[in-house]
Amino acid sequence: MTDTGDQVKKPLHPAAASSQPFQVADIRPVERLFDDEEGRDRLEKVLSRYPEKRAALLPMLGYAQERNGWVSDQSMEEVAAALDLTPAYVRSVATFYTMYNKHPVGRHLIQVCTCISCHLDEAEEVFERFLSETGTRAGEISEDGKFTVIEAECLGACGFATAVQVNDRYFENVSPDQVPAILDELD
Amino acid sequence: MGYPYSHDLETVTLLSRHFGDEKARTLAGWKELGGYASLPKALEMEPGEITEVVKNSGLRGRGGAGFPTGVKWSFMPQEPTGPHYLCCNADESEPGAFKDREILRWVPHLLIEGCLIAARAIRAEHVYIYVRGEFFPFSAILRDSVVEAYEGGYVGEDILGSGWNCDVTVHLGAGAYIAGEETGLMSSLMGGRAEPWIKPPFPAQSGAFGRPSTVNNVETLAAVPMIVAEGADWYRQWGTEKSPGTKLWCCSGHLERPGTYELPMGVNLRDVIYEVCGGAPNGRKIKAVIPGGSSTAMLTADELDCSGCYEGMAAAGSSLGTASPIVMNEDTNIVQAMRRIAQFYAHESCGQCVQCREGTSWTARILHRIEEGEGTVADLDTLYHLCEQMTGRTICPLADSVVFPLLSSLDKFRDEYEALIKR
Repeated sequence: MTDTGDQVKKPLHPAAASSQPFQVADIRPVERLFDDEEGRDRLEKVLSRYPEKRAALLPMLGYAQERNGWVSDQSMEEVAAALDLTPAYVRSVATFYTMYNKHPVGRHLIQVCTCISCHLDEAEEVFERFLSETGTRAGEISEDGKFTVIEAECLGACGFATAVQVNDRYFENVSPDQVPAILDELD
Repeated sequence: MGYPYSHDLETVTLLSRHFGDEKARTLAGWKELGGYASLPKALEMEPGEITEVVKNSGLRGRGGAGFPTGVKWSFMPQEPTGPHYLCCNADESEPGAFKDREILRWVPHLLIEGCLIAARAIRAEHVYIYVRGEFFPFSAILRDSVVEAYEGGYVGEDILGSGWNCDVTVHLGAGAYIAGEETGLMSSLMGGRAEPWIKPPFPAQSGAFGRPSTVNNVETLAAVPMIVAEGADWYRQWGTEKSPGTKLWCCSGHLERPGTYELPMGVNLRDVIYEVCGGAPNGRKIKAVIPGGSSTAMLTADELDCSGCYEGMAAAGSSLGTASPIVMNEDTNIVQAMRRIAQFYAHESCGQCVQCREGTSWTARILHRIEEGEGTVADLDTLYHLCEQMTGRTICPLADSVVFPLLSSLDKFRDEYEALIKR
């Protein structure tokens, strides 16, 4: 297991504004993204890093997900308005990238890498075990709202198969037997 | 050394010396270890001089293509008419590759120093380090290091009192393999879908934000500080004439000791697999190796005696790629493994080119039906035909990336395909 990127305590440095983890368990849902100081501050800091407004699109879609756990149509519209883009354009970008959740997910998004190196290990068995232990089908939210399990394409941890990403954490060398213990650790 | 294991083969630790050492992650610790010693030297050099040293060192791009780094830098305009940008490609997504993440998480300041020196060489005012979104734990370490470097005066305005300004921003992707292609990366950086564009315009003419830009891989940039400090000849003491220096090998699949190992260019691939990584576990034999990441041609166990460098792997009919051997033991179903690889590329095709969008997904579907015992002999002809249609006809090489492993598997393991079809 690798250490996670916790939020820094001091004010966010503008250089770090475009690299905050956006798949996290402690979401703090907001009605509107830019009605509070935090949202406006993030927008301003992200914008300060690029010569064009449009470049803030990915960081701000990430911010929407960091706050709400997913990227809703309303968030896309707000980001579009903030960056002088059309909602249609924002949607075309948001749907291109797999990491923006276009639907709500459980508090812990469990992504099991089943690509070639993990496939050569026991990735499919690990994936099935996560599904059976959480009582879900792929992509569903478990009844308690805690878990969503999906397959992922290569997570870039091929030497440590099977790799599993849970929100902003990596679990490596995971075998099917370890699945219950991993789930117990996640509250 | 390697990570997480060490090995007995020739030891060279240029990039990996401090892998596993927590101290290297902090600015104070990194300075104690001798970090940020090259930057002052680079600040006293003219941009052209830095480029010349790197050109003479023979450093080649570690992202897979192996283009000479100094030559790439020399394409940038010498007399800027506006901003230039450096993009560091940390979108490591090639199945089999997991080397850049070790640099990001163990020696982030080495990368930052390399970025700054490269930025000076190409007269860039801003460095964007594009890290794949999934790498949250590693991008967080890099992000904190960048902030530390700002606070220490190594990044930002008037760097080390030189009067030179350069910003560094860590930018996260969001799950798109194709953002690792250089023009795809810049499309994504600019707030678009990560769609590659046809060159020309080349990045050095019109790249990020329509300005002259250079895209370099993490491992390439991490090698720059020591080359500038020690000189081109020093770097050339390792490796071959055409592929100088060292390379991070990331080895996965059926191996006793999978992991990332730094080895001189030109190391024998068989030694990497058997000596460094201990061969396949449980006494199993090795059937095939995809040597450079999933987009390179498969080699059989009898073809492993080749020189692990750009020219050596090309001579062996494959490619060094990112030096990411994926090892498959004798129990591996080659058709199934190939289907899994094709499925990846089908998923990651950006969809702009028909040959790729249709070709990759049909390849995956045909392989799946052969795997399920429902294939026909005509399917093999169709696969060969698809390979022909997907080679060299698209904006970027994603479609070609399926062709290399697919064609080699069809040629070298045809009996396995036929056995499933006849079943």
